[in-house]
Amino acid sequence: MEITPLLEAFFQKYSYDFRHYSEAHIRRRIINRMNVSGLESIDQMQSRLLTDEVFASEFLQDLSITVTEMFRDPGFYRSFREKVIPILKTYPFLKIWHAGCATGEEAYSVAILLQEEGLYDRTTIYATDFNQHGLSQAEEGIFPSKMMKDYTANYQLSGGKESFSDYYTSNYDSVIMNKSLKRNIVWANHNLVTDSVFAEVHVIFCRNVLIYFDNILQNKVQRLFHDSLINGGILCLGSKEGIRFTELFDRYTELDKKQRIFKKRY
Amino acid sequence: MRFEAIVVGVSSGGMNAMKVMFSHLPKDFKTPVIVVQHIGAHTDGHWIRLLNDKSNLTVKEADEKERIESGKVYIAPANYHLLIEKDKTFSLTIGERVNYSRPSIDVLFESAAEAYSNKLIGIILTGSNHDGTKGVKRVKECGGLTIIQNPETAESAYMPKSAIAASKPDHVLSLEAIAELLIELDKQI
Ligand SMILES: C[S@@+](CC[C@H](N)C(=O)[O-])C[C@H]1O[C@@H](n2cnc3c(N)ncnc32)[C@H](O)[C@@H]1O
Repeated sequence: MEITPLLEAFFQKYSYDFRHYSEAHIRRRIINRMNVSGLESIDQMQSRLLTDEVFASEFLQDLSITVTEMFRDPGFYRSFREKVIPILKTYPFLKIWHAGCATGEEAYSVAILLQEEGLYDRTTIYATDFNQHGLSQAEEGIFPSKMMKDYTANYQLSGGKESFSDYYTSNYDSVIMNKSLKRNIVWANHNLVTDSVFAEVHVIFCRNVLIYFDNILQNKVQRLFHDSLINGGILCLGSKEGIRFTELFDRYTELDKKQRIFKKRY
Repeated sequence: MRFEAIVVGVSSGGMNAMKVMFSHLPKDFKTPVIVVQHIGAHTDGHWIRLLNDKSNLTVKEADEKERIESGKVYIAPANYHLLIEKDKTFSLTIGERVNYSRPSIDVLFESAAEAYSNKLIGIILTGSNHDGTKGVKRVKECGGLTIIQNPETAESAYMPKSAIAASKPDHVLSLEAIAELLIELDKQI
């Protein structure tokens, strides 16, 4: 089954470009959608996509995997506190970019961390994703209560200094994050494949997004990040992601190899 | 080589099963082996190093974008799905769990079947859920060879039984016999 023509047609019609995503991943999502919707061939799938915009936006959701957590990989946040915060304290103001923020858990985690370190007042967080659905949820800042046990554990392991429950208000089976955490977060739609630099920033978080891209696209997005970071700026990738295989390998030093924290060379 | 890769799915009881199987494979075993073992999300790679010590082959965690090489055993990292691309490199994703599992055996097997078609061997060992059942079926449909651990010899019989029921496997064998068969197949041109 050849999926390239479908991705090509989807790009032409909707301007969303998945041609350089992991083929095996995209194929899996296409097959799932075909099964769920009772479509028997890739041609059927393609013509449905091009004629049915509701279906197309469902498909877009299929391709945007928003699985995330607060303080995911506590060891990473611990290292960020120890190794990056002292650097950030030297700047009079801070711009931080969360690229691929999904439903916002990561951005809220960092807002909490910065607040505890006394840096939040001078910070602007740009939290971006191409999934508008996810962004709206992120902006509401409402999360299921049942997740809070895990998040509290993550928070404590990450070196959290307060009581995690002080950061939200419970309401039956959901919680709402404190307004004071949202105050400096700007939520915006940004597509890493097709949109360009929008600000010069001190830190970029792009965790568990690049794994979905092929080498060509990883290189392209790494150039975008390099162009967006100030000299000495910090790049944080997901725990299985690296820049070793990209062209920009030698433009960074490793602040923490295991936790994938890199510093742009001067 | 008649077969270019071996994929293995294993769940509860897996650690022992893999120790037995990999300690039987000789140093000059060429066909790469790619394993999904169900494991807790927060385990570090310690058990992989342990397996490496017990084996004649290099056993390592599969890295994102890594090229699959002969003579190596690759293990899916905890909490990520492991997929194989057509150019024989790995992809990792954090999608939803499949069969309550991440990594999922079905996800690995289905992508491997696509990448290797009839040059693939799919193996299901001990386990207590039905992950891998669809995957092994897919391997077979694409012309690959399928081997299931004899449920009577498995620490947990459910997973092998489920795989056998869904698709007629080419072989149903004990761990030692599976290793012997693999060694024989590895020698075939
Ligand atoms: C698995 S989530 C990662 C969330 C968070 N960074 C974390 O590590 O927990 C991946 C996110 O990347 C987003 N994404 C994928 N392709 C993108 C693109 N081209 N532009 C912007 N965001 C993208 C998806 O919509 C999804 O929300």
